[in-house]
Amino acid sequence: MFDSLTERLSTTLRALGGKAKLTEDNIGETLREVRRALLEADVALSVVQGFLDAVRTRALGMEVSSALSPGQAFLKIVHEELVRVMGAERAELNLAVKPPAIILLAGLQGAGKTTTAGKLAQYLKTREKKRVMMVSADVYRPAAIEQLAVLGAQVGVAVHPSQALSSPEAIVRDAVVAAKTQLADVLIVDTAGRLAIDDAMMAEIKTLHEALAPAETLFVVDAMTGQDAANTAKAFADALPLTGVVLSKADGDARGGAALSVRQITGRPIKFLGMGEKLEALEPFHPDRMASRILGMGDVLSLIEEAEQKLDRKKAERLATKIKKGKGFDLEDFRDQLQQMKSMGGMQGMLEKLPGMGQMAKAAEQSLDQKRFVHMEALICAMTPKERRFPDLISGSRKQRIARGSGLQVQDVNRLLKQHKQMQKMMKKMGQKGGMQKMMRGMGALMGGGGGMPPMPPPGGLRRR
Amino acid sequence: MFRFLRKKKAVEASEPEVSEASTPDPQPEGEAASEPADAGHEAVHEAVPEAVEETSEGNEGGGAGLFGRLRSGLARSRGALGDSLGTLLLGKKEIDESLLEALETQLLMADVGLEATEAVLERLTARVKRRALNDEDALMSELAEVLSEILGERHEPFSLAPAEPFVILVVGVNGVGKTTTIGKLAQRFKAAGHRPLLAAGDTFRAAAVEQLKQWGSRADVPVIAQGEGADSASVLFDAVSAARARGADVVLADTAGRLHNKGHLMEELAKVVRVLKRFDAAAPHAVLLVLDAGTGQNALAQAKTFSEVAPLTGLVLTKLDGTAKGGVAFALAKQSGLPIQFIGVGEQADDLRPFEPRSFVAALLGAEAP
Ligand SMILES: Nc1nc2c(ncn2[C@@H]2O[C@H](COP(=O)(O)OP(=O)(O)OP(=O)(O)O)[C@@H](O)[C@H]2O)c(=O)[nH]1
Ligand SMILES: Nc1nc2c(ncn2[C@@H]2O[C@H](COP(=O)(O)OP(=O)(O)O)[C@@H](O)[C@H]2O)c(=O)[nH]1
Ligand SMILES: [Mg+2]
Ligand SMILES: [Mg+2]
Repeated sequence: MFDSLTERLSTTLRALGGKAKLTEDNIGETLREVRRALLEADVALSVVQGFLDAVRTRALGMEVSSALSPGQAFLKIVHEELVRVMGAERAELNLAVKPPAIILLAGLQGAGKTTTAGKLAQYLKTREKKRVMMVSADVYRPAAIEQLAVLGAQVGVAVHPSQALSSPEAIVRDAVVAAKTQLADVLIVDTAGRLAIDDAMMAEIKTLHEALAPAETLFVVDAMTGQDAANTAKAFADALPLTGVVLSKADGDARGGAALSVRQITGRPIKFLGMGEKLEALEPFHPDRMASRILGMGDVLSLIEEAEQKLDRKKAERLATKIKKGKGFDLEDFRDQLQQMKSMGGMQGMLEKLPGMGQMAKAAEQSLDQKRFVHMEALICAMTPKERRFPDLISGSRKQRIARGSGLQVQDVNRLLKQHKQMQKMMKKMGQKGGMQKMMRGMGALMGGGGGMPPMPPPGGLRRR
Repeated sequence: MFRFLRKKKAVEASEPEVSEASTPDPQPEGEAASEPADAGHEAVHEAVPEAVEETSEGNEGGGAGLFGRLRSGLARSRGALGDSLGTLLLGKKEIDESLLEALETQLLMADVGLEATEAVLERLTARVKRRALNDEDALMSELAEVLSEILGERHEPFSLAPAEPFVILVVGVNGVGKTTTIGKLAQRFKAAGHRPLLAAGDTFRAAAVEQLKQWGSRADVPVIAQGEGADSASVLFDAVSAARARGADVVLADTAGRLHNKGHLMEELAKVVRVLKRFDAAAPHAVLLVLDAGTGQNALAQAKTFSEVAPLTGLVLTKLDGTAKGGVAFALAKQSGLPIQFIGVGEQADDLRPFEPRSFVAALLGAEAP
């Protein structure tokens, strides 16, 4: 998501590049573009207006220091304001209360509450080793109780049984008792979807809140939400002392302006992003990174963190030492990289997080080349271990054998070898201080030099080095 | 506030860039943000909502709707500009800027979107100029007219045709209200003397099958299901076969929610369509894309991408009983060329209405319940 906003801002800001200083005149145009971009991204109108005001006031009052061009200075202000609106830093769940710590989920119909309950259970169970229990207070929607029960079974946590005929309040009171006796650390309470203007239902959730005294009261909001995010967020925040927000369905391609609106209007931090329908698809939300991402600076940090988590650490370390020692980056390593890339959600997922790569990610999905990676891997698999370690051995006849073995052409073998060479060079250059970050950049460079891809957009953070 | 944007000053009626140049001076924030409730909302859990149709035209006399707000906005600007009503508006080259800004604000806040808003205001100014309208009531009804026209151009009520059976495939992104809409349609068709059958094609989401089964038993119509994890296309194929065998004349096929940017899920949907065609080349006879009225501009991408993999025939706009206005419908009408056929106004079986452009526009412009 967000990539169109990213693209839009990067063009308009670039236009400001050569200006001598920031004046009403020269930022007017850019601000108008920023306004358009934010509105097209579904940021609530009132939030857009406040945001532009703040940016404008700061920009005009500012002495442009000699270190920055006015364009850069303006970018910095927009970025800082975005960060400010998004919240200065990443907010964690706060479950440090006498157990059971209760998490109450609230939101509109279909926002993703039940799924988020399942994801949180999974997250707390596996990452934080908590003993989790869930309960559904949704006695209205058909099969809502059953839905949570199924998710509970999938995660492997207890789900306190609810009867569709009891009152939600009775259900949750019961569940708290059960959570205590069963020594649960955390009790996650799923609730029915409700409209903010439905007084009876809003009164109901207030009652639930009072009965539960939750450690966390999370507002779940769909990333595709439009202007109504403002109304709804305000109403929920007025009715409940929210402690945070979960932005669901952020794996879509909505530009996600709702994130900005909700954050601004509730004053509460976005604590998680829902990134898919599966139970693992819950990611921490990093406001600063998101702001950078909006501005086309990419989400390099997120990517690195994700990479570090999913990566086979041993292999990574082995590679890092190897490179440090100035040893070659052989085809075996290359294959590991390809496999790791696959496990990180493929090229597209990765490119999306890299600065200025929004378009490339799109292109990657269309033209490329998931296939190409499969091909590369197949080629390497068709080699002997010795060939993998010493690619220089690969002569004409070996190439033919490898091509046959992988069902591909000799020119594919050639291309692979060429790419490997490029990659090797990269690795050497940045070998001094190891670390994933550089490796990831290496990946980007590989893609840039691989041929068949559209030209890289002008330097974002990635190739700056 | 946006004086820097104002530099482009008064808007010329003949210029195409009308609204872009006239960035709105925001209305006092609270006004639009705390929009009073739409009608029918108390009814959500009582199964007897008022018809949106009836809630619509009520507010000509003022009050909190757009008309009223505009009137007070006008009063302000009138004072400020020292203009009289007669010269304030129209029939002239320039249309009062603050009025246009108020309109723009209203449309943007209803998710109409920048482009469509600009187009609407352009159309409005052109007409106003031509007709030399000179009071704001006339202007407002002209706006409603323009908006209804945009929707009306594509308007086409849903209709069933004879088939054995008539297959309706219901698609959309996650959580928009597909299953609920199917439950509502089942009841509707049954009441009209049809013999519907439901097909549990959402084999992915937890308890989705159970959810549909409960709707089936509410409406007393059969549900064909295979259970979670089954192949969606094969469930639907089974269901249409079963429908033919049992003499059911309408099949309502549920599908799993899918984000349109997920290639593999869209491919799965394309396969569903292919498999249905194997059963009957004319199937699916209708493909309804369900959209949540709360969705912003992303709805356009949804309509576009879904129409690339499935032969969409109409749209359903749900959750209009909330504060969401569903203004993206205008851009949708223009871009997708698909008619909105039903609207969802609650969670109960009878909370479904045939779409009616004029009522929709009245509701969107904030004409609240009488
Ligand atoms: N792609 C994607 N789908 C999601 C995400 N979160 C939830 N969903 C899907 O959205 C739909 C609605 O999710 P639910 O968890 O049932 O939403 P809810 O808020 O509990 O809905 P109600 O209880 O019906 O009000 C389901 O199809 C989920 O699989 C997400 O982060 N990404
Ligand atoms: N208020 C309101 N809620 C609705 C409407 N249509 C569906 N819903 C609710 O939205 C949620 C998601 O609906 P569901 O049918 O499960 O969506 P699906 O995932 O697309 O099948 C459920 O809680 C429904 O009760 C509507 O018109 N108004
Ligand atoms: Mg739920
Ligand atoms: Mg469903």
